[in-house]
This record gives sequence, structure tokens and C-alpha cells, in this order.
Amino acid sequence: MAWIVFLTLSFLCVGAVVAMIVSRNQAHNALFLVLAFASLGGLFGLLDAPFAAAAQVLVYAGAIMVLFLFAIMMFNLRRPEPPEKKRLRTVLAAGLGFVLLLELVLAGYRALSGASAGVPAGRDLAHLGRLLFTDYLYAFEITSLLILAALVGALALAGKREGD
Amino acid sequence: MAGLFWLIPLIPGASSLVLLLAGRRLGRSRVAALASGAVLASLLLSIAGLLALLGRGAEAAAPSKMLLPWIASGSFEASLAFRFDELAAVMSLVVTGVGFLIHVYSAGYMAGDEGYARYFAFLNLFTFFMLILVLASDIVLMFVGWEGVGLCSYLLIGFWFDRPAASKAGLKAFLVNRVGDAAFIVAILILLSTVGSAGLAAINAAPAAGLLSPGLVTLVAILFFVGATGKSAQIPLYVWLPDAMEGPTPVSALIHAATMVTAGVYMVCRLSGLYAASVAASSVVAWVGALTAVFAATMALVQNDIKRVLAYSTISQIGYMFLGCGVGAYAAGLFHLVTHAFFKSLLFLAAGSVIHALGGEQDMRRMGGLRKRLPVTFPVFLIGALAISGIPFLSGFFSKDAILTAAYAGGRYVLYGLGLAGAALTAFYMFRLIYLAFYGVARGTPEAERPIHESPRVMTAPLVVLAVFSALAGFVGLPAYFGRRADLFGRFLEGATAEAARHPAPSIEVVLAAAAVLSALLGLGLAFVFYRRSPDIPGRLTLRFPAVYRLLVGKYFVDEAYEAVVVRPLVRGSERIHERFDLAVIDGALDGSAAAAGLAGKGLNVLQSGLLRDYALAFLLGAVIFLGFLLI
Amino acid sequence: MIPPAAFFILAALLFVLGVVAFFVKKDLLTQFMAVEVMLNAGNLAFLALSRPAGRPDGQAVVLFVITVAAAEAVIGLAIIVLVFRQRKSIRTDDLKGLKG
Repeated sequence: MAWIVFLTLSFLCVGAVVAMIVSRNQAHNALFLVLAFASLGGLFGLLDAPFAAAAQVLVYAGAIMVLFLFAIMMFNLRRPEPPEKKRLRTVLAAGLGFVLLLELVLAGYRALSGASAGVPAGRDLAHLGRLLFTDYLYAFEITSLLILAALVGALALAGKREGD
Repeated sequence: MAGLFWLIPLIPGASSLVLLLAGRRLGRSRVAALASGAVLASLLLSIAGLLALLGRGAEAAAPSKMLLPWIASGSFEASLAFRFDELAAVMSLVVTGVGFLIHVYSAGYMAGDEGYARYFAFLNLFTFFMLILVLASDIVLMFVGWEGVGLCSYLLIGFWFDRPAASKAGLKAFLVNRVGDAAFIVAILILLSTVGSAGLAAINAAPAAGLLSPGLVTLVAILFFVGATGKSAQIPLYVWLPDAMEGPTPVSALIHAATMVTAGVYMVCRLSGLYAASVAASSVVAWVGALTAVFAATMALVQNDIKRVLAYSTISQIGYMFLGCGVGAYAAGLFHLVTHAFFKSLLFLAAGSVIHALGGEQDMRRMGGLRKRLPVTFPVFLIGALAISGIPFLSGFFSKDAILTAAYAGGRYVLYGLGLAGAALTAFYMFRLIYLAFYGVARGTPEAERPIHESPRVMTAPLVVLAVFSALAGFVGLPAYFGRRADLFGRFLEGATAEAARHPAPSIEVVLAAAAVLSALLGLGLAFVFYRRSPDIPGRLTLRFPAVYRLLVGKYFVDEAYEAVVVRPLVRGSERIHERFDLAVIDGALDGSAAAAGLAGKGLNVLQSGLLRDYALAFLLGAVIFLGFLLI
Repeated sequence: MIPPAAFFILAALLFVLGVVAFFVKKDLLTQFMAVEVMLNAGNLAFLALSRPAGRPDGQAVVLFVITVAAAEAVIGLAIIVLVFRQRKSIRTDDLKGLKG
């Protein structure tokens, strides 16, 4: 049963990303990505990480992609891109990508060969919360500072000037 | 005092160094005094050494002194060591004695010259090397001296280096010598590998000790002799000596008459053990000597430059010396070396006096009538000419006679005949010179008609001294018909060389002496007829035998032959190598690497495209490689 | 149970797809989106590895990654807006200021 869900979600995700690559329209790209992130959220859930799943859907699919869509609307680009002139770059990228894939799979294999497939029951949310405020306290606090900085920075960079 | 003989080369060497470094600042008189004084000191030490040798007992060994161990590599050892035996004593006296007189003469002759200090520095340097050559006790050190005198010869021939003829002559001398030196080096190498030692005593003993097979002895002896033909200007390597007359006249007197060119003769005497052991090699020496004697004399017959006559004469006379050594009469050869040093340097210096008086004129066709106007130069010149012609009882008579007698007594009649013919030719060309230069009407240009003055005393005094020696030196080597004990020279040298001369009966000796004198008088008489009595004869002969004349004046076209066969192919070959290798390969490699650097730069420039994606590609590549390293 | 290896392979695949997307696309905005894909793939990998370990550390990390990605997206888009205002184009090939 879990396998069916997994495979469905995986195909959805990968398919959406591939579609993003293929499509030339930027709005379409963004929407495909939304689909991809949503299915990714589902996959997170499959991994016994409900909090991550929720955060993914809310923040990534919900907020970040909306931001992208706003940017797309702002640029209002209509011209499609011309096809790639030099094939070399594409070939090189594809080749290297393939190699990278192999390497990553190999690395993962090595990393996982020790661990068992069995899963001890995922600790609950309370444990996660405790972890956030003890072991990862610094990271937590600094990240919140980071968000603040991003907010201010965005305004400073792209905000309207006087008289614009 | 005698124990200090090892200073003999070093004193002129030190003074040479001082002059080279600081000569210009010392002022002319001090330079001349220092240079001449150094040679005088060596002369005095040589005399002291001679006295010590005369006085020592029969068993005492010749004084020797090692200064420094020099090379010690495996089984090969060579050291800076000197040995003052009788042979070295004779040579040392000649070099320092004649050298001193020439230094004094030069002080006057070179008085107006810009390079005064440089001249004396080189002259001293030459003396240093020549004395090293003579006093060395092993062959490697002797070779150092050998090369050193060659270098100084080059420096002094090309002394007036802004004259292209002088530079070329210096270079020619050096290069021709080099050919001979190559043979010398090969001989040294063979000796080192077979005998294992560089010491002269060991080398001379080697044939008897069985360390050298007869074939090798002959080979080594001939190779050394080839080196000698270069240094001593015999066939085939004599071509540099006439050109060397471009140098200052005192240089010609010292180096190209009395000392350096005789180094080959000295070397043969030093290695007499080898030559005595190889009949073939000795024959080569004798024949080359005899042929050169006649060959060079024929060329002297038609030369118009006074110094060139003397140059060919020198080549011819050295041939006599080798003739003597080649028939085993080493003492006779050396005797002629000594007497020749006196009268030839006298002739050269006197010629210098003539040239000096005429303001630089060297062509005999424009001389004449100098007899009355050069009252000192003429008599001494005449004495020198008489001596070289072998007129009794001057020195040349005794020394030449000793050689010819030895040849005859050894049964080498053809060689004797050649020597006799050479004597006639010698007398002829010498008196031709005398008559053309000193007798008759002055044929010079109007400028030369200006009042001519005799040379200053600093130049004429050495002339007189040399004249005295040229006249009297013969009496130390009297032939056997004056009694066995009369040959002081030969007895002094006994044991120093592998002397093998035979002496005929005294009656035959007298006859031979008479024959030599007749031959000389014949030459003298002919010269008188040709150049005093009927001066038109030479011209008529030239017209009658134009080919012969051309051949002689053209020096048998030997220079041209060498130029065509050796020089030009070498030059062309060098040019070709220069084009194909120097320019193409070496420069090409250099330019190529520069171009490669440029190309690499241009190629790498592609990576700096400014495009984000290319840089990202580089990132990706790096990440893949890095990950790969981690995994493997 | 689904083995973590499966998730990991998926994560690797997504990452590489993101890389390829970055190189195929020629406008800054879409390339930025590809970066986001890569980040997500990383997230997936974190969780895939954290489950067998039995600790929720993976989730904590993922939380931080998402947060930082958000902040980064904000700033990145602001910069892209600025670039657009300056150069009137977000085609990456046109932005060649680093050439040479």
C-alpha cells in the first residue's frame, strides 16, 4: 500500500520537474514546481516527518512559489527563449549530471549500508520541539534573525525610492 | 739560491698579473722596468741554477720541487711540479736571456704605443707560460704551458686589434695551433691510459718498461709531433707563422723566432725516450724537418716584406732542428735552437730597427742604401746574416754543421743533401735581403728620404749583445775535430736526452764542414750577382720562368688549398648548422614555448566568458570530481 | 516499509534534474527555481537518512533549510528585480559583465 503512494508521489514529483525543464513558459514552470513541492510534502509525510511535510506545503509550495509567481507577473516576459545555440554546454551538463547521479547513488549506498531498513517508531513532535530549543537553539535563533534580515534587505534593495 | 728555481716562472707571472690589473696607472717607465726586471730576476735564478747543475756530483738528482698536488682522480695524478735538469736549464736560459733583451728593446720600440702596459703584461704572461712549459715535470703541466703560450701568441699577434689583418692573423695562429693541440691531447690520453702516469720520466721509460707496445709508441710519438708541427710551424701546419708578422716586431723576435716556435723541438727532446724507441716516428720527424727546411727556404726567395723573409727563414731553420732530433742528434738540434735564438732574434730586432727608422716601411723594394745611414743596425744585421748562413766561425756554422754531420754519419744521405741545399738557399735569401735593404740606391718614397736616424740606445744595446752571442756562442759546441772534450754543450746535456748521434771520423767531418761552407758561399755569391752586380737578372728570370715565380710567390697556394678544402666547408657547414639547428631548433624551441604560452593564454581566455552558466558548469565539474575523489 | 534507499535514489534524481534544469534554462528566474528544486532534493535526502536513525534531527534540519531557502528566495528575487531594472533583461546570456 505504501509503495503505491510512494510511487505515485514520486512520479508526480519527477514528472513535474521534468515538465518544468521542458516548458518554455515561466508561469507554467512555476506552477509545475508548485505541484512538485506539494508531492514532495506528501513524500515527507511518508517518511514519518509530519512537521516537515506541513512546513513544506505551507512555506515552500505556498509562500515561496507564490513569491515567484509575483515576480513572474512583474517581469511580464512574453518572448520565448531562443533554442540553445551551442550544443556543447547541454551535452556537457547532461553528461556531468549523469556522472553526478551515479556518484550520489553510490554515496548514498555507502551511507545506508549500515543502517537497517527497519524503523524505530519516529519520535513524536514533542521531541522535535525539545530538540529545537536545546540542541539546535543557536540555529533556531539565528534563523529567525536571518528572516528579519531578509525582510529588511528586500525592502532596502527593491523598495520604491522617493519620487519613483 | 739555486733551490729557488721554482720561482723562475712565477716571478714573471706575478708581474704580469700586476701589469694586467694596474698597468695603466703605473706609468711607462715603471711598467717597462717592472716587466724587464721580472725577467731579469728569472734570468739570474736560471744562471744560479745552471751553476748548481755544473757543480753537482754525478749521483745527485736534478733539483725538482713540487708546488701543489693538482689533480688526483682515480689512478690519474698530475701535480704542479717543476724539475730543473740540464735540458730545462738550457731552455730556461734562452727564454729568460733573450727574453730580457727583447723586453729592454721593446721599451724603446713600443714607446709611442697606446697599449704599452697591455703589451708588457702579455709579454710577461708569455714568459710565464713558456717557463712553465720548460720546467714542467709532467706532461699535463707542460701542456698547460703549451696552451698558454698559444694564447699569448694570439693576444700578441692581434695586439693592434683594430687592424683587421692583425686580428685575422691572431685567430689563424690560434686555430691552426688548435689542430695540432688536438693531436697532442689524444697522445696524452693514450699515454695516461697505458702508462698510467703523467710524469715525463715515467713516459720516457715506458717503452723500455714494456708498458707501451711498439705500435703505440710510434703512434704517440707521431701524434705529439703533429702537435709540434702546429706549434713550431712545420709542414703541414706552418701557415700561421708568416701571417703572424702582423704583430709588433719584438713579438716576432721573441715568440716566433726564439722561444714559442722552438717549444716543439724542446718537446721532442724531452720525450726523446719515445722517439728513440720508434724508428718510424724519428724518421717522420727528420723528413718533415728536412723537407720543411727546403720548402720554406724556396718561399723566402721571392718575399718582398722584410719580416716575411725572416718568418720563412724561421720555419726553415726549425726544420733543421727537427732534422737533427730526428736522426738522434738531440744535442745538435738543441744547439741549433740556442744559436738560432740568438741570431734570429737579432735579425728580427734589427729589422725592427730598420722599419722604425723608415717610419714603418717593410717592403724591401722601397729600401736601399741604409748601410751608411744606420751605423749600428747594419753591422749587427750583417753578423746575424753571416751566422745564419753558416759562415765559419760564427755560431750558426757550428750548430748547422753538427746537424748535417749527424745526418751524414747516420747514413741518411738524402736528408743530408736536403740540408746542404737548404744551406745554400739560406745564404742566398739572407744576402738578398742584405743587398736590397742596405746597399744600392735608396729606392724609397720621398717621405722616407727625410733624415733617418739610428734607433735609440735602448734598442741598439740589445742588438749588440745579441750580435756578440751570435758570433761567439758556437764555441761551446765545437765539433770533434777540435778534440772530444771540446763539445761542452753536448757533454753538458749528456743523459738528459736519449742521444744517439754518431760521429764520423774527424777527417770526414772536416770535409763535411767544407762542403757546408762551400754551399753557403755559393748562395752568397749568387745573391751578390743577382742583387749587386747585375740587378736585372731577377727580373729576367721572372720573365723566363713565370710559372715557377708565381708558384713561389703564391706560397705554393697552400693557404688557398686549406681555405678551399678545410676552411670554407667548415664555415659553410657551420652556417648550415646555424640555420638548421641554432635558429630552427633552439630558437624555435624558445619562440615555440613563448608562443605556446601565448596560445595557452588565449585558449584559457575562452573560459573567462563572463557567462554565468559556464562558471556554473565549472562548479559542477569540480563538484563531480571532488565527490569522485571522496568515493574512491 | 519503503526502504530509505528508494527515497535516497529519488532525492539524487531530483537533485540532478535540478542541475540539468539550471543549465538548460536561460533566464535567471527559472534558474533560480531550479536551485530551489536542488534544495528540496537535499531536504528529502536528509529525511531519508534521518528515519533509520530514529531521531528527529533530520526534521529540524529540514525546518532550517526551508526557512533559509525562504529568506534566500526573498533576497534573490529582490536582486533579480534590480537586475531587471538596470539591464532590462533577465536572460543570463546577456549578463556578461564578468567577461575577460
